[in-house]
Amino acid sequence: MTAAFVAGADVPLKRRLKRAERARQFRALGLVLPLLAFLLFTFVVPLAGMIWKSASDWEVPQVMPQTVAALEHWNGQGLPDEAAFAALAADIRAARDAGNLAVAAKRLNYVVNGFRTTLLSTGRKLKEQPAPGTAKETLIGIAPAWGERESWTAIKSASGPITSYYLLAAVDLTRNADGAIVAAPPDQAIYRDVFLRTFEIGFGVTALCLILGFPVAYLLANLPTGRSNLLMIFVLLPFWTSLLVRTCAWIVILQSEGIVNGSLEWLGVIDEPLRLIYNRFGVYMAMTHVLLPFMILPLYSVMRGVSPAYMRAAASLGAPPVTAFLRIYLPQTIPGIGAGCLLVFILAIGYYITPALVGGAADQMISYFIAFYTTETVNWGLASALGAVLLLSTVVLAVLYGKLALGRQTTGGLKN
Amino acid sequence: MSANHSPQTASQRIAWAATVVCGTLVLFFLMAPILAIVPLSFSSSTYLTYPLPGLSLRWYEDFINSARWITALKNSVIIGVASSMLSMVLGTVASLGLAQWKSKWKPLVLAIVLSPMVVPVVITAVGVYFFFAPLGLTGNYLGLILVHTALATPFVVITVSATLQSFDMTLARAAASLGAPPLLTFRKVILPLILPGLASGALFAFATSFDEVVTVLFLAGPEQRTLPREMFSGIRENISPTITAVAVVLTVISVCMLSSLEYLRRRNERLKGNAE
Repeated sequence: MTAAFVAGADVPLKRRLKRAERARQFRALGLVLPLLAFLLFTFVVPLAGMIWKSASDWEVPQVMPQTVAALEHWNGQGLPDEAAFAALAADIRAARDAGNLAVAAKRLNYVVNGFRTTLLSTGRKLKEQPAPGTAKETLIGIAPAWGERESWTAIKSASGPITSYYLLAAVDLTRNADGAIVAAPPDQAIYRDVFLRTFEIGFGVTALCLILGFPVAYLLANLPTGRSNLLMIFVLLPFWTSLLVRTCAWIVILQSEGIVNGSLEWLGVIDEPLRLIYNRFGVYMAMTHVLLPFMILPLYSVMRGVSPAYMRAAASLGAPPVTAFLRIYLPQTIPGIGAGCLLVFILAIGYYITPALVGGAADQMISYFIAFYTTETVNWGLASALGAVLLLSTVVLAVLYGKLALGRQTTGGLKN
Repeated sequence: MSANHSPQTASQRIAWAATVVCGTLVLFFLMAPILAIVPLSFSSSTYLTYPLPGLSLRWYEDFINSARWITALKNSVIIGVASSMLSMVLGTVASLGLAQWKSKWKPLVLAIVLSPMVVPVVITAVGVYFFFAPLGLTGNYLGLILVHTALATPFVVITVSATLQSFDMTLARAAASLGAPPLLTFRKVILPLILPGLASGALFAFATSFDEVVTVLFLAGPEQRTLPREMFSGIRENISPTITAVAVVLTVISVCMLSSLEYLRRRNERLKGNAE
């Protein structure tokens, strides 16, 4: 009797608790949603749009719809039939009137150098002389390029809606007239070098930060708290100082009439100013300075937790200081080293402002080219493709970093 | 933690001395730019070299009397304040939700929320530029405030979440059990206790916006140029001593923000110390 009563009351209570918990979870989700919606609009969708741009091909389908339709069943062998030529002539006339022929010309010029001139001059001449013969004869008469298979495969390859052209170009690849993936012509194959340079500068800066940051973190972690807090200001103040201020200061220090050169000349060490800026040296100097705190802070927080007892134990067991350091201390700081290096590297490969201001033409990193193709030459497809490759590299590294940082937090560095 | 380093042998003492020397040199390297630029801003000469021929405040006068720089300062403050307020509200509300929400989707949501901090700003700027341009959100304040808010919110979420982690949720439950509705509990119990954390978050957000130049390069029209944007073009053309004065003003602002943050941190630690 009692048992039945309790059991009967127990179920609704459990259910009620569950319902209350579900309501709480619902409320919690409701609190997160505004930010998610905001980020969707200001961040996620724009990034997705950029990735879409790196693979979308809209210019030729929009400007030359009839040609695209006529080429749909062309097998790419020999020249297309008369219908395709007629469609092309009609499209070019229409585009001339609408004034958007240049849009398609720009896109096709990426595939075949000189296509822009062919298309635009065809547009001009086609209007002057109403065709007496077939469309094929007229077009080849105006520009012999229309008699070449290459021109037609170019149009077909840009017929959309999806293209691999930009993404391939971002890694120095292209498709030949037969559609096979081959190396891009040398004058366009610059991006692998740029990516290599970006990673090389990233590695260099990370290594410099580690070499410079390690002793500072060690010093800060092993000094008495009062003095360590005081010295910490020297790390945090530059960290909080504007990036532009620091970059500007490095130019003032390193330029040919700058402080370093001025002092060295005054001391008689050099006769001519050394070239310290607008080259790789300046980039390393300024970037290391900007990113050093990102190395010191994680190293410091790990070193704070390393008990000195182990080092004392090692010393008491007769280990020379170098051995004790290498075999006892260093392994305990690996999580900090890993986190600091990844963080600095991730930040470094995305740098734009500092190399743009203190580097020379040969020191520009991938971000510079993304910005250049967006604002200067308006090749948004290529800008997006380069951005997508950089984004991919960053995401892979960030996931690695997340695994590393999270693993340390939740399992104390143990495997779970 | 007191001094845990007690060098015993000669070789240990040498190693420690070497660490002190190296560490000091690196700390000097970190401070060098600030140390170099501050005196130059007070120079009476147009050349940015030492020794200073004389002292003057003319570059600061230049700064104050220049419509270009003052407009830039005004823009920086408008965009910084607006985006830090907005990211404060969005970030705090989301942190409150994230603290209670349990779901297998949570890691993904966290990754999205924190990603603006990790994705290279150029990529964000390009993506937002493509997306905002057709919507008419380029060349005005709104677009910049929106994107700066997106960039600053992760810092608010991190700071506020850390504060909430140390917040004793039994206090909120006690208030609820005494009959306080959730909003009142938040206003009277939770808010006062996490306020220092919120203030730190707001400072981080403001600093993020105040120092941001890449998205401004892409999205701002001539009317919305901020201080870092003007400095960027100033450095590109040629560094006039006025820029060093602006740099010093910016550094002073950084020092103020850093000291406020340190004050808030100490206060928070004191409060926690009293509670224990």
